[in-house]
Amino acid sequence: MKAFAALYRRLDATTSTNRKVAAMADYFERTPAADAIWAISFLIGRRPRRVVPTRQLMAWAGARAEVPEWLFEASYDVVGDLAETITLLLPPPTRVSDRPLHVWVSRELLPLKDMALEARQQAILDAWDRMDVAQRFVWNKLITGGFRVGVSRRLVVRALARLSGIDAAVITHRLMGDWTPTADTYRRLLAADTTDADTSRPYPFFLASPLEQPPEALGSRDDWQVEWKWDGIRGQVIQRREQIFIWSRGEELVTDKYPELAAAAAALPDGTVLDGEILPWRNGRPLPFGALQRRIGRKSVGRKLLKEVPVAFLAYDLLECGGRDRRSDALAQRREAMARLLDRAADDRLVLSPTIDAPDWKTLATRHAESRRRGVEGFVLKRLSSPYGVGRRRGDWWKWKIDPLTVDAVLIYAQRGHGRRAGLYTDYTFAVRQGEGLVPFAKAYSGLSDAEIREVDRFIQRNTRERFGPVRAVRPELVFEIAFEGIRASTRHKSGVAVRFPRILRWRRDKTVAAADTLDALQALLTTPGHEPGS
Amino acid sequence: MKPLVQATPSGLFCPPGDFYIDPLRPVNRAVITHAHADHARAGSTSYLCAREGMALLQARLGPDARIETLAYGEKTTRQGVGLSLHPAGHIRGSAQVRIEHRGYVTVVSGDYKTAADPTCTPLDPQRCNTFISESTFGLPIFKWPAADSIMASIEDWWRENRDQGRTSILFAYALGKAQRILAGLDPDGGPILCHGAVARINRIYRGAGVHLPETIHVDDIQDKALWRSALVIAPPSADHPAWMRRFPQRSRAFASGWMRIRGHRRRRAVDRGFIISDHSDWEGLMATVAASGAESIGVTHGYRAEMVRWLQEQGYEAEALDTVDRTGDEER
Repeated sequence: MKAFAALYRRLDATTSTNRKVAAMADYFERTPAADAIWAISFLIGRRPRRVVPTRQLMAWAGARAEVPEWLFEASYDVVGDLAETITLLLPPPTRVSDRPLHVWVSRELLPLKDMALEARQQAILDAWDRMDVAQRFVWNKLITGGFRVGVSRRLVVRALARLSGIDAAVITHRLMGDWTPTADTYRRLLAADTTDADTSRPYPFFLASPLEQPPEALGSRDDWQVEWKWDGIRGQVIQRREQIFIWSRGEELVTDKYPELAAAAAALPDGTVLDGEILPWRNGRPLPFGALQRRIGRKSVGRKLLKEVPVAFLAYDLLECGGRDRRSDALAQRREAMARLLDRAADDRLVLSPTIDAPDWKTLATRHAESRRRGVEGFVLKRLSSPYGVGRRRGDWWKWKIDPLTVDAVLIYAQRGHGRRAGLYTDYTFAVRQGEGLVPFAKAYSGLSDAEIREVDRFIQRNTRERFGPVRAVRPELVFEIAFEGIRASTRHKSGVAVRFPRILRWRRDKTVAAADTLDALQALLTTPGHEPGS
Repeated sequence: MKPLVQATPSGLFCPPGDFYIDPLRPVNRAVITHAHADHARAGSTSYLCAREGMALLQARLGPDARIETLAYGEKTTRQGVGLSLHPAGHIRGSAQVRIEHRGYVTVVSGDYKTAADPTCTPLDPQRCNTFISESTFGLPIFKWPAADSIMASIEDWWRENRDQGRTSILFAYALGKAQRILAGLDPDGGPILCHGAVARINRIYRGAGVHLPETIHVDDIQDKALWRSALVIAPPSADHPAWMRRFPQRSRAFASGWMRIRGHRRRRAVDRGFIISDHSDWEGLMATVAASGAESIGVTHGYRAEMVRWLQEQGYEAEALDTVDRTGDEER
């Protein structure tokens, strides 16, 4: 566990991905398989469930550190991280253990969940007493279920690929699905024979770049295919050798999460790969994205959820057909082949992504204005003659997004942030005017520069009117332009509306509170083509 | 009885003695605890500070400032109020202000630390009736590791960088922190370079007889090969591209008590954070409060509310004194 804690420190101490990869490769090289596999398991985010309720953990740590509850909370507020707060407050250990990681996990961590409360408390106090600060922090992250260290699965894979010389895609594939972290698994992970991985391997996704010029600059309308920009999960559906694989863009194998798509894909001919979007879908139109979020979080999907949030795959492109890589063909040809394929499959869960017929750019702009009402984010423009590229290469694919909705709102509450923003006031609540008063309508955390955050933090420190626990009510004076993607009526909010993905667009230093928008103006957005469909 | 020291918009004020301590605005008579910018502000008619800190204060306020000094422990009176300055151990010349009036003693701590520091006289706790303490790190999460273990890890980091051909850039406050670190460094570890702001203060420290290892002003370096093995000490304000680009291969670190918190270190986006502070940690604050023997405690800047509540729960009479905003805090 010492070596793993040291790795955590090294990863945490640098923002350079190269140094992170080097630190991991170095660790894997020197670590026995039984430990390395647990490290991989934690690093790629297969973290154990939280075994102790936060409240209890706080109480135990507080008692051990002889710190009353309120002082623990005040400390937590400043540190911004529970595992770290506990680590910093506990008295030094009486003895430090040299147990390897896999022994800690199998003998100490995993048994916790089946223990009676008192035994669990004893085990945790005892563990704290045998660890130095670095180990404690990692341990606390593990038992609170919050283990994260700023490396992606991709970086872990890169480190393993560098160490073993095996192709990253093969390792990615081998890390998918269910596996038990044993020394054997580790050996299989780095085995030299790679035929196992070829069947499921997806292609790298091609991504559209934001359109920053008028579409007319793209030349003739006739050279372009125009599709709606759907707001779902980008994915690839693969049918090879009677096996179905569904990958999300995050390189995650999600086949089991979308059984209805897997069933539909079975009707595709052998050796087919489709690129498209997974969408919550009913009666030929999308449900709000929030519905899909209910499915994203689930490992297994119950019958009820399948019925409430059915999904469809909007097919954008055909990457492989009859086992042949079609990516260098022109888009027009690929699309034609795909249309035939989907026609034969005849399954309403595999939908050919519709193209927009409009004779010229001007007419297209009119159609573009329908986006919000349709629950899409605008258009994607693809050059009909283009091959399917890799990554975000400018030129052939463009996303023409709709502008977000905006209002000018007043900062009224602030709370300290977490992680990198711990200790600074970065979590804000914004209000609009109503008569003489102000009504809160949204919280936003992002959009300001670091320098602006520090300036707002200073303002908050000097202009606090009241404190409610960690929340400060501040003098309403600063006005910000708040952007959001959608708005709907809500009985659960004081303002009567709920907005989607609010963020700070800019600080309106030129505006006073009197010039901020009113609740009427905000609610008026409900009736313009502003609200999400189906909500 | 009226308190001997009150919080006013101009800072802590002693009405019977008619003087301010570390005033926020220009006043007639200012008593200065130490020469950091958030405590020593220009514009007052006359200043009083500890003799050990005279040169530093003059450098801060300019040659025209009228400054009187007292040796540590030396007594004077102001309108019948006894006044003396006692070592606070924060930086060179830092002082606690002891005020005695009709047998009642109030001590204003200024900033102080209990940990050892080879560059200044150590803290000398004073018995008093009312103790007014700072609380910059007034939460139990702040516990300082032993200074020599931190110095050892600074040298390890420097060595590692040197082996990789990287310049080690250590950000530390130019007055006090930088010299304390310098004094603890192995002079044979390689070239030590200082930013101009640090070099200026070094001169004053050396002039006062404080032993610091040999340092080179960054601008005086001719041989660029030296950079790769050098440790550079610079104020945090130097952490911008225009100044940093002269060191193409570099590792950045920050020396501050705030480095105890991971989020602070990550926000600075430095490679290393060294927990070294010229303030007291929680235990140091509590030990000093106890050593004062005071029954009444005032708490200034920092985690005032938290420290007041804790002291009250321990049976002290305690209140928060609203004096300084935190924006000028040397540690930030």
